[in-house]
Amino acid sequence: MMDSKSTLTTSFMLKLKHAPTHISFWIQCSFVVIFALMLIGPITNLLLWTVAETWYFPHALPSQWGFKYWQQVFNPYSDVSGSLLTSLLIAILTVCVCLLVSIPAGYALSKRSMPFRVFWMILFLIPQAFPNLTVYMNIARLFYEFNLNGTLLGVVMVHSVHGLMFSIWICVAAFSATDPMLENASRNLGAGPLYTFFHIVLPQAAPGIIASCIFVFLESLDEFTGTFFVGAPDISTLPLLLYTASMEGNYQIASITALILLVPSILFMLIINKFMKPEMLSKLGK
Amino acid sequence: MRFKASYNLWLIAPAALMVAVFFLYPLYFSLYSAITLDNGSFTLTHLEKAFELYSNDILFTIMLVCVSVFILAILSITIAATIALSPFKRITSLLGFLYRLPLFIPFIVTAQMMRTFLAKNGLMNNAFVEAGLLTPMETISLLGWSGIIITFVWKQMAFSTLLISGAMAALDESQIRAARNLGASKIRILFEVMLPQITPTLGVAMVLSTVTMMSVLSVPLMIGTGSPTMMSADMAFRVNSYGDYHVANALGLVSYLICAGLAWFYLRQSLKDKGAVA
Repeated sequence: MMDSKSTLTTSFMLKLKHAPTHISFWIQCSFVVIFALMLIGPITNLLLWTVAETWYFPHALPSQWGFKYWQQVFNPYSDVSGSLLTSLLIAILTVCVCLLVSIPAGYALSKRSMPFRVFWMILFLIPQAFPNLTVYMNIARLFYEFNLNGTLLGVVMVHSVHGLMFSIWICVAAFSATDPMLENASRNLGAGPLYTFFHIVLPQAAPGIIASCIFVFLESLDEFTGTFFVGAPDISTLPLLLYTASMEGNYQIASITALILLVPSILFMLIINKFMKPEMLSKLGK
Repeated sequence: MRFKASYNLWLIAPAALMVAVFFLYPLYFSLYSAITLDNGSFTLTHLEKAFELYSNDILFTIMLVCVSVFILAILSITIAATIALSPFKRITSLLGFLYRLPLFIPFIVTAQMMRTFLAKNGLMNNAFVEAGLLTPMETISLLGWSGIIITFVWKQMAFSTLLISGAMAALDESQIRAARNLGASKIRILFEVMLPQITPTLGVAMVLSTVTMMSVLSVPLMIGTGSPTMMSADMAFRVNSYGDYHVANALGLVSYLICAGLAWFYLRQSLKDKGAVA
């Protein structure tokens, strides 16, 4: 009698002990489900629009499905393929400009002995720390005087300044992680500074530099505001085309363009996901 | 040694020059143009005109940014804390994957997604109708101020959660274990052990998010309904339609001040916290 009573109490106690866990488990589960719906909903809507030929008000789903607009987009004479090429060209040129200036700067700033090191680091952070819309507006006005408005060069310069913060900060981190002993050894063995840099230092920093290239490339590909002021209407990149199509109510073209913009982002995300650990991000800039 | 330092300066010079010519000079020019007449004399007329024409939009922008930052902070902390404290590994890994999704989705693509998703005939309303929660006639378009907030929070959440999650992961594990052994509940651990230590990161995430929200042009143009609208859309309109750089730059000055105000609030808060500890 005693025994069964005590087991009853223990089982009751056990239930009580587990109850809060159960509740919090279900709370967390429902949070994740709602969160997932909120995240995936808009993406699904975009995907639906890319294959919807007609979709109007009371219909919950498109009334006619098809790839008509895909043919229109990938027609060699369409605006999209032209904009895609322009976008890619601008992004590649931007990466080149950023690399050219940020590899030397990143190397110099990785030396702790660099005078005013913090000042320089903050200088390169500034373009990200101010609302840059006003700046773009005034760059456009300046470029107008030098006939740079609506030129490839003008757009590349604007994108490069915007990407400079990523490339320099990541390059500094990459060069800081290289082993100074190897550099010293190479110099002691009689190698010149340039030979040492290209054969000893640069290969060690290469993974970080590639990561910075990816960031700059994506930033340039997705940049809208600067191109809107400096490039339009002569230079049409994919984001500008997306904007125009969307404002004209041409949701299919806009959605397909958006999907094209998403492809490189997702590809690079998969590659870079290894590096994008929150734990690593907290070490950046130290 | 001195030779070496000047040698290093040459390595930085091209990058520094680029920032100076293509960022600092236009920045200075915008401030200069906001408070001077064409002949170079000091004036406040542009600022007055900006307030006269756009005071509603300025208030609207401040309100939008504040609400977005507030929701962003709560959401990011909730996600990061769930990941850090939840005992259910499946949930945390799923959440860790999900919150990073918007990180690499460009703002313009997010704006296009939301433009279709939140519309009267968007997937969200359609889902509610199919679930029987609404009738087709009751659906409302969320495009407008609420849509702008949703879009900003949706996109910026990934970035701010990543920063906050990083700060939480860098915390001293033994403190949390000690608090747990002494019988503290998870909520209490979050509020009394973790949050006080991650406030600097939270502040940085929120200030950077504010700067982003103030300078994104595509979202107010594509999600906004025209009036009232955000200051960024007003500036673009002022420049593109009237070529009126003075008033546009005056609005720009106001947007700097809003960001500076928030940064100041954050700095003061963090100094106060430090003072309280000392």
